[in-house]
Amino acid sequence: MGKLSKIEKKRDREKPGIVFGNQWDYAPAPEATDFFKLNKRYELFIGGKWQKPRSKSYFATISPSTEAVLAEVAEADDNDVDAAVLAARHAYDRYWSRLAPSDRSKYLFRIARALQEKARLFAVVESLDGGKPIKESRDVDVPLAIAHFFYHAGWADKLELAFHGRSVRSLGVAAQIIPWNFPLLMAAWKIAPALACGNTVVLKPAETTPLTALLLAELIEECDLPPGVVNIVTGAGKTGAALVNHPDVNKVAFTGSTDVGKRIARAVAGTGKRLTLELGGKAANIVFADAPLDQAIEGIIGGIFFNQGHVCCAGSRLLVEESIANVLMRKLRDRMATLRVGDPLDKNTDVGAINSQMQLDKIRELVAAGEKEGAERFSVSCQLPKKGFWFPPTVFTNVSLSSRIAREEIFGPVLSTLTFRTPDEAIEKANNTAYGLSAGVWTDKGSKIFHMAGKLKAGVVWANTYNKFDPTSPFGGYKESGFGREGGRQGLSAYVEVV
Amino acid sequence: MGSLMKRAFLHFVVLLHRVISSVPMSSRGADRAPLILPSSPTVDAVALEERASALAKRSLKKVAKIAGLRLAIRMMDLTTLEGKDTPGKVRALCSKALRPLDTDHTIGPCAAICVYPNFVSVAKLALAGSSVAVASVATAFPSGQSPLAIKLDDARRAVDFGADEIDMVIDRGAMLAGETAKVFDEIAATKEACGQAHLKVILETGELGSYDVIRRASDLAMLAGADFIKTSTGKIQPAATPPVTLLMLEAIRDYYYATGRRIGMKPAGGVRTSKQALHYLVIVKETLGDDWLDPSLFRFGASALLNDVLMQLEKERTGAYQASDDFSKD
Repeated sequence: MGKLSKIEKKRDREKPGIVFGNQWDYAPAPEATDFFKLNKRYELFIGGKWQKPRSKSYFATISPSTEAVLAEVAEADDNDVDAAVLAARHAYDRYWSRLAPSDRSKYLFRIARALQEKARLFAVVESLDGGKPIKESRDVDVPLAIAHFFYHAGWADKLELAFHGRSVRSLGVAAQIIPWNFPLLMAAWKIAPALACGNTVVLKPAETTPLTALLLAELIEECDLPPGVVNIVTGAGKTGAALVNHPDVNKVAFTGSTDVGKRIARAVAGTGKRLTLELGGKAANIVFADAPLDQAIEGIIGGIFFNQGHVCCAGSRLLVEESIANVLMRKLRDRMATLRVGDPLDKNTDVGAINSQMQLDKIRELVAAGEKEGAERFSVSCQLPKKGFWFPPTVFTNVSLSSRIAREEIFGPVLSTLTFRTPDEAIEKANNTAYGLSAGVWTDKGSKIFHMAGKLKAGVVWANTYNKFDPTSPFGGYKESGFGREGGRQGLSAYVEVV
Repeated sequence: MGSLMKRAFLHFVVLLHRVISSVPMSSRGADRAPLILPSSPTVDAVALEERASALAKRSLKKVAKIAGLRLAIRMMDLTTLEGKDTPGKVRALCSKALRPLDTDHTIGPCAAICVYPNFVSVAKLALAGSSVAVASVATAFPSGQSPLAIKLDDARRAVDFGADEIDMVIDRGAMLAGETAKVFDEIAATKEACGQAHLKVILETGELGSYDVIRRASDLAMLAGADFIKTSTGKIQPAATPPVTLLMLEAIRDYYYATGRRIGMKPAGGVRTSKQALHYLVIVKETLGDDWLDPSLFRFGASALLNDVLMQLEKERTGAYQASDDFSKD
């Protein structure tokens, strides 16, 4: 026992500080990739067939963690988009709008089950193509995508119940454009309700992450959906513009940047097309002094570092009650030291690769602006891989509300911290943004949660948790975060006309 | 500098103790005590459990697995606490602690063996000259429902018999009745009775009913002088669980930053498999870092765990599972 106390005495001389080192390290635990093979080239999925692009043009999709080319993907031009919309129109007129709702339901169940069976494939490809950690694609993206298909399969023949007994009509052809941060999940968010409500779909995945949408097209083909009910066209902004502007489209659904969203709103104005937009965010994650601090830390970490911060509802502005700011920041730094940044396919990776060079440049620019404006930067000191796009988890303190890092969406693993003194001040600061997608409140007082939730101008308010999603819960924003809701009973109204 | 800090801290504890003792018992109701003892942070059960289970998803293969399992053996307090314990049984346990696997002497030894006071002398003799410590439960283990004088006598005698470590139980009834000062007093008194022996304070978390009370009891035990805090007696279900262990490690972390004092942690009861043991080590690694990945600050209270760990180690070595009869069942 003398030995023990000697060690203890030696330790007692040091200043308190926790060492997260390599005393016992985890060995690499990479997910296998040898159980599937990607095509060298992917064509356009139009009218139930894989069609070569009329544009004759292809582009490469790379893995952001290695910069290796994964596959070539067709680039759809105006003619291709026209063919896809035509195919969707045919499918709508000939099959889908005539189908008994309970049969639509069967198809959606079939997709959900097929996706369950191939969950591992989709998770691995999602991580390869997008750079997100396998534990997230495996435990969040894919299961949630499946859940969305199951959930909407259940609605297909019960739509009247969602609208207080009034009958509803489908809209027609839905043009859907989705972002690169949750490629498969966003495809599910868009396709499942559209099909459940009786519409047909032309979907354009983002140009940096087209693969899981294309695999989903293969899966839909295997599920034997009538040809043209779901069409997938790949390409960049031009392809998206062609789709939005196509005259035979009845509904446009877009998830992505506020800038593009505004352009789409202008393009669609006066055309009679229905529109829903899910855009950017700069959410406040508000921590009160009476919060369960150690659990709040988990919410802060998950809020900003989940999916490298490429999350529109990320808790990118941390608002801390001043009296606990020091303690909370110490806890946060300790927790950040345990984050494992690296190979997205390693099962122990917490933070993966930044999605693209373009996004990395944008993050770097805003971080440099933050430093220049006098905020204090703390970045995790970790070894980043040489190849690929990486940014270390970063937190800024002493951020002023007027600085760029407090106002602009960074869409990366960068947290800006501000303090407040009273609940009113917290509300004022939280709402002082162009956005209004989400917010978090951490307190042990139930009454305070309700008070805050009532005053926060955000589509989603999480209490003592963060980034929780469920198909039964509507998601969407205020102000420049867009309009319309996805998921839940409310999400259905974007795809029907109530008569 | 170190001793100064320690003295200052002890002074603080003594002062605190006096403040509490000076308040007449009658006025120390459930709602009064928190005015005196510093309050504990609140705990969110959902998020705590979520974090604990997220840490179970760490994938530990090959080198990491072997190193973790070897470490787990060196952290074990090999335990027998039964009415039917005999000197023979205790001696057998001691030899198992000294040399867990007769074919590989680089494995082990265990940190300690844990017995009733009556067997301390037997164990002491069997372990003489080794690094394996003798821990004795005391203070009317497992219920703690005896007069304080008897509980202190129990602890003193165990130390007299040669125990290096005392595993005491808190008065859960008092804790739940809000008599936190009484709980504090008894721990402080037991610490004094222990002298040089290390004090582990068993909270019996399975009887405390909520994470908030467990957090409070952890803080109380550390303030009153615990060297280790320990989840369970092993006689009550649930015993150690990952979320409870995570919570207690977080309490230890806060206390460390406040005082500079490193308190040890011992989950006990319910840890039976290698997989569970590795999960606990992950929780330690990602909550308190390298320093706590050491038998001086983290222990497993277990009886069935050792053979499962040995079986896994042998499987890693040979590539095949061996029959359970290949491992001695002491």
